[in-house]
Amino acid sequence: METVKNAVRMENITKRFGTKVVANKSVNLELHEGEILSLLGENGSGKTTLMNMLSGIYHPDEGQIYIHDKPVTISSPKDAFDNGIGMIHQHFKLVDVFTATENIVLGLPGKLDLKESSRKIREICERYGFDIDPNQKIYNMSVSQKQTVEIVKVLFRGADILILDEPTAVLTPQETDNLFRIMRNMQKDGKSLIIITHKLHEVLAVSDRVAILRKGEYIGDVMTKNADQQSLTDMMVGRRVSLNINRPAPVDPKPRLVVEHLTAYDELGVKRLDDVSFTANSGEVLGIAGIAGSGQRELLEAIAGLYPVKEGTIRFYDPDVDYSDPNKKPIDLVGMDPMTIRKAGVAMSFVPEDRLGMGLVGTMGMTGNMLLRSWRKTKGLFVSRKEPEAMAKRIWQELDVVTPSTNYPVRRLSGGNVQKVLVGREIAQEPAVLMTAYAVRGLDINTSYTIYNLLTEQKLKGRAVIYVGEDLDVLLELCDRIVVLCGGQVSGVVDGRTITKEEIGLLMTQHRGGTSHE
Amino acid sequence: MFDFVSFFPRAVMQGIPLLYGSTGEILTEKSGNLNLGIPGIMYVGAISGVIGSFFYEQSMAGQPLVPFWAIAIPMASSLLGSLLMGLLYCFLTVTLRANQNVTGLALTTFGVGFGNFFGGSLIKLAHSDVPSVALPATSAFFNRTPAHAEEFSAFSQLFLHYGFLAYLAIILALVMSFVLNRTRPGLHLRAVGESPATADAAGINVTRHKYLATCIGSMIAGLGGLYYVMDYANGIWSNNAFGDRGWLAIALVIFTIWRPSVSILASILFGGLYILYLYIPTGTQMEVKELYKMLPYVITLVVLIIVSLRKKREDQPPASLGLSYFREER
Repeated sequence: METVKNAVRMENITKRFGTKVVANKSVNLELHEGEILSLLGENGSGKTTLMNMLSGIYHPDEGQIYIHDKPVTISSPKDAFDNGIGMIHQHFKLVDVFTATENIVLGLPGKLDLKESSRKIREICERYGFDIDPNQKIYNMSVSQKQTVEIVKVLFRGADILILDEPTAVLTPQETDNLFRIMRNMQKDGKSLIIITHKLHEVLAVSDRVAILRKGEYIGDVMTKNADQQSLTDMMVGRRVSLNINRPAPVDPKPRLVVEHLTAYDELGVKRLDDVSFTANSGEVLGIAGIAGSGQRELLEAIAGLYPVKEGTIRFYDPDVDYSDPNKKPIDLVGMDPMTIRKAGVAMSFVPEDRLGMGLVGTMGMTGNMLLRSWRKTKGLFVSRKEPEAMAKRIWQELDVVTPSTNYPVRRLSGGNVQKVLVGREIAQEPAVLMTAYAVRGLDINTSYTIYNLLTEQKLKGRAVIYVGEDLDVLLELCDRIVVLCGGQVSGVVDGRTITKEEIGLLMTQHRGGTSHE
Repeated sequence: MFDFVSFFPRAVMQGIPLLYGSTGEILTEKSGNLNLGIPGIMYVGAISGVIGSFFYEQSMAGQPLVPFWAIAIPMASSLLGSLLMGLLYCFLTVTLRANQNVTGLALTTFGVGFGNFFGGSLIKLAHSDVPSVALPATSAFFNRTPAHAEEFSAFSQLFLHYGFLAYLAIILALVMSFVLNRTRPGLHLRAVGESPATADAAGINVTRHKYLATCIGSMIAGLGGLYYVMDYANGIWSNNAFGDRGWLAIALVIFTIWRPSVSILASILFGGLYILYLYIPTGTQMEVKELYKMLPYVITLVVLIIVSLRKKREDQPPASLGLSYFREER
């Protein structure tokens, strides 16, 4: 048998938050030298907490960490650097108004010599194939460039153990491939890497070995070559989960929302939506694909009355109105705010990208958040908490929300549970149009499938569902039709059943002029 | 005719307390602490210096003062007074994570009250006929200028007729500018003010940086109070005479968009605007005088509007200004 050396060994690690929450319970984890290890687990399974103990953000309550077989105590990020550990956090830890170089040398001792540092950074970039300008300010960078800065930062400090916390959540497929190429370059250079991700196909694509956590406990590990998506999911969830999205045929599709020639500018005068036209039908799921920032957010907000529209129309066809009568005209939503839209009798629900910023009030409980939607229905000076309380209880049970009570602040719930509360509330409004932006971002596989099923249910009830997503595999499995956005323009409206991932990938980077399928 | 040669030195002398205040507050704000206690701290800096020199003068009982002690004692007591205020602010906002605005405003109220209380006590102790304490002997040392009093060339009048604290203010502002922009401690401090979580993850001690910056900033601001009473007011303390200069110093921070080097010129501009009404003949129209007195505040408002319109990232306040940092927040 081949002897493997351990870069990291964590022994019986336990971490509690307060007296009730046990984030990690007697976890044993090994990272071999020169390997790429995937750390897999559902939301709230304690992956990030475990890694934060390696990077010095948290301190374990019990247990011992060994680095290269030497017992160490890591009580601050500095200790982590000293032991050659670098972590790339899910939320970038960068100072926006600093240049890449300034961010990279931050926290290091010695005289400040930005020129020399920039030179060294260029060297590292050449060695591993990064592409960044050391003198560029962070706020001018794309998400992928920011991530690169984070990686260069830890390499600059001479880290030989790298931890990447959900690095691909914010990347396009092309950027992800590039990241994986760089990860393999680092592996060849003798570095040991841990990658945290939810996406199983990425686990299979990049890692040598997979370690699985469930509810704070270490379940076991498996060599990637012996694993597949189904076996990993089962280990992660602890029972058999069906990995197929059920996609029934559209139910009696009729135009519900017709968007024509929509053009919008942001406050700096930059064109965000450029002559966008498409139709969302009742009884179908319409996907919206595109690289992050191609106008998805602006499009949904424009429809919801939250984003100023310069030109174009958004016509809403009420399901209860017979439009064969020439006196009946659809309602044009352009120029209306959310309140007037509702008053005009348009039942529309919007699950925004920013759940706790736009969707819910973090410090309120489930009941309070239900109240935000329903208080207008009660007459008189006082609001009734009865109805929202009942609705909160129903969602709590039906969607299996993990919360101690309906009055527990939603901010303290995990991402998946927050999303269940939000989606549950919006669906309960029985909308004619349901819009969701990145509904499964940051959610684990189990919760994601719950959300997909909820959306499909809505479609079967004859509602028009608009699903803005980033995972192309899911878009292809869930949606009946897909609108592809590129730089604020529609670069194609395609059939979700016949198009391939590669074709969509091409459309995502192709401005109008290419062939469009209908 | 507008007499620039006599106007400019007055403007500078008005501007120096503001320059101290703004230099101290810029350093503080760069660490993410919005210290609205600066007006109070400048009061405390002034009265502490007065207390120190009052007892030193008393102890000498009419004997000539030793120059070293005449300067060192008021300086040290002023620095100590404002340091304690800075420490109090840090303890409340950094360690206990109290709201920075409320703490700052409370410190200002406290500082002004502290100054007036001990000012009043000294006035009683001195058995003064007028409601003020006069420390002419100490002030004489602070008033010493590089040029002889009889030198009256325009150059000497414009640049050489100030006490040493005025030059120190300018040197401090220049040093501050260099430290913040060119050195590693400056880089680290700015990182703390922009994004404490980032700084923390990079191994920078956020709490220590916040304490240090705020305490040093308070001490610098306190010197502004000391300059005001010892040099500008010729060693005469009377209650509330310092006025609203502390608030002007905070306005100056915004006006200069957090740049100590710009603050040198801007403080002179503010000082000039502050006394402009004395140099513009308005006759008996008192209401016009009052309009002139508004100028520094109006200009600050205009600058605020312009800066917020331009939306340039470098011109914005430190991103985490006014926010407490707590590492294990989940």
